[in-house]
Amino acid sequence: MNNFKNNLTSLLKKTLVLAVLFSPISAMAVESNEVATLRDQTSIDEQKTPNVIPKVDNKDIKQSRNYPMQPPVIPHSTRNYYINLNNNKCMSCHSRQQTEKSQAPMVSVTHYMDRDGNFLAEISPRRYFCNQCHVTQLDAKPLVENNFIDMHSLMKQKKADEK
Amino acid sequence: MKNILKIGWQTLRKPSAYYSLGALVIGGFIAGIIFWGGFNTALEATNTEEFCISCHEMENNVYEELKTTIHFSNRSGVRATCPDCHVPHKWTDKIARKMQASKEVWGMLFGTIDTREKFLAHRRQLAQNEWTRLKANDSLECRNCHNFDYMDFTEQSPRASKQHSTSLASGDKTCIDCHKGIAHELPDMKGVEGWD
Repeated sequence: MNNFKNNLTSLLKKTLVLAVLFSPISAMAVESNEVATLRDQTSIDEQKTPNVIPKVDNKDIKQSRNYPMQPPVIPHSTRNYYINLNNNKCMSCHSRQQTEKSQAPMVSVTHYMDRDGNFLAEISPRRYFCNQCHVTQLDAKPLVENNFIDMHSLMKQKKADEK
Repeated sequence: MKNILKIGWQTLRKPSAYYSLGALVIGGFIAGIIFWGGFNTALEATNTEEFCISCHEMENNVYEELKTTIHFSNRSGVRATCPDCHVPHKWTDKIARKMQASKEVWGMLFGTIDTREKFLAHRRQLAQNEWTRLKANDSLECRNCHNFDYMDFTEQSPRASKQHSTSLASGDKTCIDCHKGIAHELPDMKGVEGWD
């Protein structure tokens, strides 16, 4: 019992020493926080002037995919398009039955499959919430630089270098 | 009872013995102004948004939903109030709608939709009433503001201009056929044309 008590006291002492040692470092780390946030380092007691809300791209022109499995982006505005328990506005144009009338691209056949690979008559519940993957595009500069290079461009570059 | 009616009818039939013709004519004229003015004032008073949302059924459900839409807040600041879309502007149609609205007073008194749950349960039927009405009058209330003749297709998105210049122009479709749920949330749309 006594032994245990001694152990505990020494452990507490060690922790205290460590805490005292590292506290200035941790305080410094907080101050030099360079992580970009939407608040742009506005101090906590200030109200930031809000950023301009960019316009949603509404040109209806398909954009290329950056990689083969990229969910295609939405080239039109979707303001007030509800996807909820009652209905799915997207499917009133993009479902298999509606595409002839709407001339919109049909959702991929994989969206009609359940996870066991069975085809369903309607869109699979696991694919119901379109904007989990498909998003509208804004007319805005990217917040962070993106140096992603498409596989195709890489291969082209390699071929050009070989010559 | 029969006697009272009889006395009343005889009084109406008899020429006035005490009042001058002038007093009756001028009195009738003034009473007419007061009655007609009062009627119109009451009609106008019940045709405002404040009146509509004085019932919590309207304020907590449909009005809250309207607030998020373009008909409430938009770039030019022109907004639609409840009667702009739900009450015809022409006098005869307006009176007809007002008479129908007596059923809504009944619903209010007996609490047909006095909770959110009851409202949601009735939503499909309520929406269907409005769709049917707008379909029947060729979306008259939309067209009170959105005049087809003055639409600039070049200012519309490609999809919109294509559909407006074909189906809408030919009269094949009317506004409400496509623009459902633009001011309030939609009910379960199973079986509605264009949604299944």
